[in-house]
Amino acid sequence: MAFYDRLWVQNTLIALVYALVAWVLAGGLRSERWTSAWRRLRRDRVGLLSMGVLLAYLVLGTLELVRIPAQTGSVSVLERLTAGIPQEKGYSAPWAETTLSAANPLPLKGRHLLGTDALGRDTLVQTLRATRTALLIGGLTSVIYIPLGVLLGILAGYYRRWVDDLVQYFYSTIAAVPEILMLVAILLVLGKGLGTMAIALGITGWVGLARLIRGETLRQVERPYVAAAQAMGQSDWKILTNHLLPNVMHLVVIKFVLGFSGLVLAESVLSYLGVGSPVGTPSWGAMIDASRSELSREPFVWWNLAASTSALFLLVLSLNLFGDSLRRAFDPRRS
Amino acid sequence: MLQVRNLSVDFVSENGRVPAVRGINLHMAPGETLAVVGESGSGKSVTGLALTRLLPEPPAVYASGEILFEGRNVLQMNPRELRALRGGGIAYVFQEPSTSLNPVFTIHSQIAEAIRLHRSDVADVDAEVARCLDLVGIVNPKQRMWDYPHQLSGGMQQRAMIAMALACRPRLLVADEPTTALDVTIQAQILEQMRQLKQQLGMSILLITHNFGIISGIADRVAVMFRGQIVEEGPTAEVLGNPQHPYTRALIACIPQLGQRRKRLTTINHEELDSLVPPTLP
Repeated sequence: MAFYDRLWVQNTLIALVYALVAWVLAGGLRSERWTSAWRRLRRDRVGLLSMGVLLAYLVLGTLELVRIPAQTGSVSVLERLTAGIPQEKGYSAPWAETTLSAANPLPLKGRHLLGTDALGRDTLVQTLRATRTALLIGGLTSVIYIPLGVLLGILAGYYRRWVDDLVQYFYSTIAAVPEILMLVAILLVLGKGLGTMAIALGITGWVGLARLIRGETLRQVERPYVAAAQAMGQSDWKILTNHLLPNVMHLVVIKFVLGFSGLVLAESVLSYLGVGSPVGTPSWGAMIDASRSELSREPFVWWNLAASTSALFLLVLSLNLFGDSLRRAFDPRRS
Repeated sequence: MLQVRNLSVDFVSENGRVPAVRGINLHMAPGETLAVVGESGSGKSVTGLALTRLLPEPPAVYASGEILFEGRNVLQMNPRELRALRGGGIAYVFQEPSTSLNPVFTIHSQIAEAIRLHRSDVADVDAEVARCLDLVGIVNPKQRMWDYPHQLSGGMQQRAMIAMALACRPRLLVADEPTTALDVTIQAQILEQMRQLKQQLGMSILLITHNFGIISGIADRVAVMFRGQIVEEGPTAEVLGNPQHPYTRALIACIPQLGQRRKRLTTINHEELDSLVPPTLP
């Protein structure tokens, strides 16, 4: 067994990532800008509610992410918790007593709040388990493309001249290749998997953000506070990180939130093309993809589509509302 | 303290090199206030920015001359020395206070940044920020320093900008049209404040303005710039009372006099001056 495949290594890595995030947040909360933002956010009911929903998603995703040993191989914590829900023979409607079959309905072993899918698995459980895939794809890809896009965009906008030419050359080249072709090519080289998918989406995804940040930086550089910082003898790097970055950060928040749903859907497209997540990985994209055939049968199966899109909708809506609240909280003009 | 010898600054454009400053000479003694007066495009702001090489290069090119600040040639300094000079030796106050302050930070954090940059020996930064704000006449500085720029009036913002410049303890303050964006009563207050500060701190001030009206109370000497050249220079009273150069005379004639009834405001006829000072663009 490879080192990385050991459960305790994976679980330690997960714990380390959470510790890192907590450490960064704790460090941020010591700064005056973050504490005043937090004060404003605490008075924002919508912001707090959406934050709560996001935390719930995060907990669900983590429960599915952490795997524990079982009799055969390993299962996720969420799987273990829902082990009592019986597996059926095939489709069944929400809260039905028999399987979905006009000719030969079979009695079910139990009731299912949101019905079951083609393999007889509980739709609600599958929807909850798919949170992990969405968060992994959305989170990992954002962690890759946001620093890349912000750094290159801000450098191009600040230094202009040959730096700008170079960055523009890079992103124009990437933008010129059809995105889906590029993604498939990268995935075929790197191999299937959620991690490699995040890398592939990250490589293609930074272009839009870099463009956005470059444009805004070009605009901000003309503003006299940059000249004032230069006249004060501040170094270029400090001007970039301390003066320009906070002034373009609102675009990053907006781009992250709007890009998130796109990333979740991109996962389903790639899975459909056969280069996405391994077969059997619960994902909303795969559920939406499967509903193409489910909606064309008679009687049609709507609960898989409804459950996955509702879950995706609630996640994206909360991200949007929370992003808005965050932007408002960080804007000093609204105190 | 400051010696500018035969300084020429060109701008490279698609249509060739355009001279912005043409062989000017300036000198300033410690504690002295020099006003550089001229119309738009006369090269006065370029001169001010050139003192610490703040002009973006390209398009700017330092074609000739030298700038000696406390005996060292600014044009031969490396980037590190330049950064120490900017703010520490020569600090700037710009025209537009509302945009010269970073909108997302408090006044405190911006002045503190200046202090940390140039005076690492200061232990209590908060107290020093409050002291700087108190120096420029901001009432209740301990509370006001936590304000964001948009919470201050234009005059207060300019005071905060001056406090930011003073926080670095410069020997020379370059004030580039410091009062142009402010209304007349605030203008007078700010200028009076600068005059007092100069006496308190013993620094020199290079006041760049297009407005002859504001210099008489504050400047020791005046240099009149026109088309990239200094056409006249001398003690303020002399230049104002007995202008020698036709351009200076024309400029002074343009100041509207209180109580005088005129149908039209006086303007400058530039063609008449072409033979004396050739235009920069052919």
